[in-house]
Amino acid sequence: MNINLTLFGQMFAFVIFVWLCMKYIWPPILAAMAEREKKIADGLAAADRASQDLELAQEKAVERLKQAKEEAAGIIDSANKRANQLVEEAKDTAVVEADRVKAAAQAEIEQETNRAREQLRSQVAALALAGAEKVLGASIDESAHRDLVEKLASEL
Amino acid sequence: MAAEGEALTVSGYITHHLTNLTYGKLPAGFQRYDGSVVDEGGLWTFAHGGVEASAMGFAAIHVDSMGWSIGLGIVFFLLFRNVAKKARAGVPSGLVNVIEMIVEFVDNTVKDTFHGHNKLVAPLALTVFVWVFLMNLMDLIPVDLFPELLLALGVPYQKIVPSTDPNITMGMAIGVFVLMLFYSVKVKGFGFAKELTLNPFKPPSKGPLIVIAPVLIALNLFMEVVGLLAKPFSLGMRLFGNMYAGEMIFILIAALFSAGWLWLAPAGVMQLIWAGFHILVITLQAFIFMVLTIVYLSMAHEDH
Repeated sequence: MNINLTLFGQMFAFVIFVWLCMKYIWPPILAAMAEREKKIADGLAAADRASQDLELAQEKAVERLKQAKEEAAGIIDSANKRANQLVEEAKDTAVVEADRVKAAAQAEIEQETNRAREQLRSQVAALALAGAEKVLGASIDESAHRDLVEKLASEL
Repeated sequence: MAAEGEALTVSGYITHHLTNLTYGKLPAGFQRYDGSVVDEGGLWTFAHGGVEASAMGFAAIHVDSMGWSIGLGIVFFLLFRNVAKKARAGVPSGLVNVIEMIVEFVDNTVKDTFHGHNKLVAPLALTVFVWVFLMNLMDLIPVDLFPELLLALGVPYQKIVPSTDPNITMGMAIGVFVLMLFYSVKVKGFGFAKELTLNPFKPPSKGPLIVIAPVLIALNLFMEVVGLLAKPFSLGMRLFGNMYAGEMIFILIAALFSAGWLWLAPAGVMQLIWAGFHILVITLQAFIFMVLTIVYLSMAHEDH
């Protein structure tokens, strides 16, 4: 239990090791730790930002989706309207066309009837004349009796 | 077990364990353990036994304490330097994690206690903490292992726990004390002198009572100097006392082994229990030494 030169030896060693620690150990370890701390803080901040961005994007997406749905509904609506319109138009056109065709057919029928009647009339006149000729046994002056015959024919 | 000149008794065993390997100068005319007398001019040699070590006086060195102390300091330095080189901002692993945990723990303790700006305090605290812890840790190595091994190699004495040597603990405490004085003067300048003389009794500066001012100043100076000197003394002696007492109990339990084979199992169990308890003591003492170092330096930086 003697106090001797060991005291100074230890003081000297103490100074040396503290100096070594101050110079070669403390700064690099603390620098690395501080850098890591900063990195982690940055990472957390980035994650925060990203989650905020995500939320924003989700909101935006929902809004877009809603908008798109509305638009789609609008488009379908107008398409339906247009289809109905087209159908109506087609119907109208068809009716008109049918009417036209009908009218044309009727006109033709009438025409044909008239023609047939004309033909009949002319033939009736001729037949009547011929019949009368035969009945009378003499020729009838066509020009004299034409008006009479034609009057008869027109009454047919 | 015991070197020459010591009987193989329990007290001889204990004495042997408490003797440092001392290298020093024996004075002329000293009669050595083997009866020879030291020649004129003295003799530089290893001491055989406590009597010779005492006779060497101050001009001696505890080779074992110094060697283990510096060796453990080198272990500390290499271990931490290795990590300092590997430490990156990436994900730490294994040893780096452990070392960084210690560094962060010390850094937080320093930040909590020391409020000035000083680049020295934190590395100083780390060195003190780890180094003292490693020195204390030597206490957990079975007491007979290294002394017996080295005895077989011809080394007569070996104390492997440097912190059970008051030279070692006081050496560090005085180192801290020198830093305290240095920073007190550097930071406070003349204020340090005022601190030593104007407290706790404030001397009157005018009036008829001014005649007692010198008396009060002398009284203050005496009390403050005693208080100041008590700091390094208690710092070094606390560590020494705790470690010495702990080592003593290990030695006493080990001495039980010689009391017969019946004591083998109980003594073994006691060694284990005391070692388990001692883990707390060595850590706590290293921590206390570090905290007090920080506190003393913090006091040196702060004006009252």
